[in-house]
Amino acid sequence: MAMDGSSSETAPDLRVDVAIVGGGMAGLTAACGLAQYGLEIAVIDTEAPQDLTAQTFDGRCSAIAYASVQMLKSLKIWPPLEDTAQPIKEIRVSDGESRHFLHFDFAQIGDQPLGEMVENRHLRQALFFRASQLSNLHLLAPARVETVTRDQARAHLVLKDGRTVSAALAIGADGRNSRMRQQAAIQTPRWRYNQVGIVATVAHELPHCAIAHERFLPDGPFAILPLTGNRSSLVWTARASSEKAIMGLSPRAFEAEVQRRMGDFLGKATICGPRWSYPLGLHMAERYIDTRLALIGDAAHGIHPIAGQGLNMGLRDIAALIEVLVEAARRGEDIGSPFVLERYQRWRRTDNVVLALVTDTLNRLFSNDIAPIRHARDLGLSVVNRLPVLKRFFMSHARGTVGKLPRLLEGHPL
Amino acid sequence: MTAPYKPLSKSATIDADEAYRFAQTAEHWWDANGPFRPLHKLNPARLDFIRTAIMRHKKTDGASLRPFKDLNMVDLGCGGGLICEPLSRLGGNLTGLDVSDETVSIAREHAKAMGLPIQYRQATAEQLAEEDNQFDVVLALEVIEHVADPALFLAAARRLVKDDGLLIFSTLNRTAKSFALGIMAAEYVLGWVPRGTHDWKKFVTPIEFTQALESAGFYVGKISGLSYDVLGDCWHLSHDTSVNYIGAATPV
Repeated sequence: MAMDGSSSETAPDLRVDVAIVGGGMAGLTAACGLAQYGLEIAVIDTEAPQDLTAQTFDGRCSAIAYASVQMLKSLKIWPPLEDTAQPIKEIRVSDGESRHFLHFDFAQIGDQPLGEMVENRHLRQALFFRASQLSNLHLLAPARVETVTRDQARAHLVLKDGRTVSAALAIGADGRNSRMRQQAAIQTPRWRYNQVGIVATVAHELPHCAIAHERFLPDGPFAILPLTGNRSSLVWTARASSEKAIMGLSPRAFEAEVQRRMGDFLGKATICGPRWSYPLGLHMAERYIDTRLALIGDAAHGIHPIAGQGLNMGLRDIAALIEVLVEAARRGEDIGSPFVLERYQRWRRTDNVVLALVTDTLNRLFSNDIAPIRHARDLGLSVVNRLPVLKRFFMSHARGTVGKLPRLLEGHPL
Repeated sequence: MTAPYKPLSKSATIDADEAYRFAQTAEHWWDANGPFRPLHKLNPARLDFIRTAIMRHKKTDGASLRPFKDLNMVDLGCGGGLICEPLSRLGGNLTGLDVSDETVSIAREHAKAMGLPIQYRQATAEQLAEEDNQFDVVLALEVIEHVADPALFLAAARRLVKDDGLLIFSTLNRTAKSFALGIMAAEYVLGWVPRGTHDWKKFVTPIEFTQALESAGFYVGKISGLSYDVLGDCWHLSHDTSVNYIGAATPV
């Protein structure tokens, strides 16, 4: 990054410890966490909060793993979600038409649920609410970042409306096509799966009993995830080529297609609200850090939603980054220095590459209908089911309690 | 790096050769991949000790990000300001002392870029003590092994610290292990620090250091070891004082 003497000469409108570009779920979680421990934070987002939390903005739901819930509790983000979150007490995995069930029951690893289903817009509302309680968190939205200059001493941001922000560290939380990442010329290998995720909410006659179902159909996984009441969130992975046809179906025809895939164990299903379609891909930034810059969330990586780990992986990065930065600040270290940022990258990147490869392999293995592979899969599921040790390992993964955990994920304050 | 180093003949604690060696590398103090990288890596562990020791002694607030507000501190042999800057961020009123002009100007420039109000002076501990300055915290980190007369240096340190103040010291132990790691590995094999940075014969054992501090009028409290974790590539506090150690002392 070029040294720009002029921008540092005049006093900035806002001088903070950390400037976060992007006020989505990742950016706001990081902001709330860092502000809770006393750092001065600015968050800049192009959208106004009321637009981000509107019913039409994001129809997705997220499976928040047990460890991530602990983190949201430590950061005091969780309370408003208490009433709207649906615990997942069991996960049943089945392979297409086959009757082999892989059955994960939380009672086998303790008395806590495996995770909680949360509607993204509720999570965003909870984040904005927490942000509003923190006087050292400055939310600049809607606002657009015009230029970012990062030098050895500071990161300088100039907004389109002329305001300037100076920070010891800039965090790029600006999504999968992150401009912050591109500006730092960080290579990001990516590929598209020839799949889209179609998301809708259904109401059904019978209770789901807090069980999540994942069925491996030939087109890709089909997930039925419990929401509060007799409702479930569906993630229908379809071939990209059939996206247009599915999105163009009449409400009745769409409902019939969904019912056919769900089966009738929940009784008659009625679609509520609109349907959304998201392209599925994998990308992984080759570095998470640059001069006075750290990447989080989709700016750093995105993986296949097959194991429901995307958001959890992002939260884990954020918990690690908060821990690294707060520890550094308490020692008086320069939180934007390469020595501090290297600790974050070192801690998280290897872990994420492994998870990306695992989900990629799972998806390739399960998204086909070739007979030998299917039999091997059936066998695999049966074996896993009968070996308690293996099952506990998979469940611990689902709960996000494997590996060197950031303290926040263990439910400890910093 | 062009101005020649002028030894100050008045002072007994400057080792002219040592000071000249540091002046040669002054511009690299803040270079993340430069010759001082090992010292930067050592910093978190040293700061952990310093922070805890001062907070315990002064009973300051543990959760605060500025626990050292209003404490006057001096760093003897401050180098590029690797310790002064963090302590200034934590709220301390910092004075940094170094015998090298080059080093002091690099430190001053860097603190200015960081917006930190640190006073840097090219002076020796004895010169500062002559001025009847006294401080809440006096730091002598990785410096005793570089001075010509340790006893004179510690006597000056004693005059600089207030009666209810604290001295924090750290150095390299003189053991076979420190020779192997500190000199052979760090200077020759790994190339971590420039060759000739250290003279092993001038290293001080914890017992010698404690005796010297007691003669200078200090009571030595806790001494911790600093250990290097190869896998994590980081230093942490430990009970093993055989290579590097850090301690706190109070005036008697």
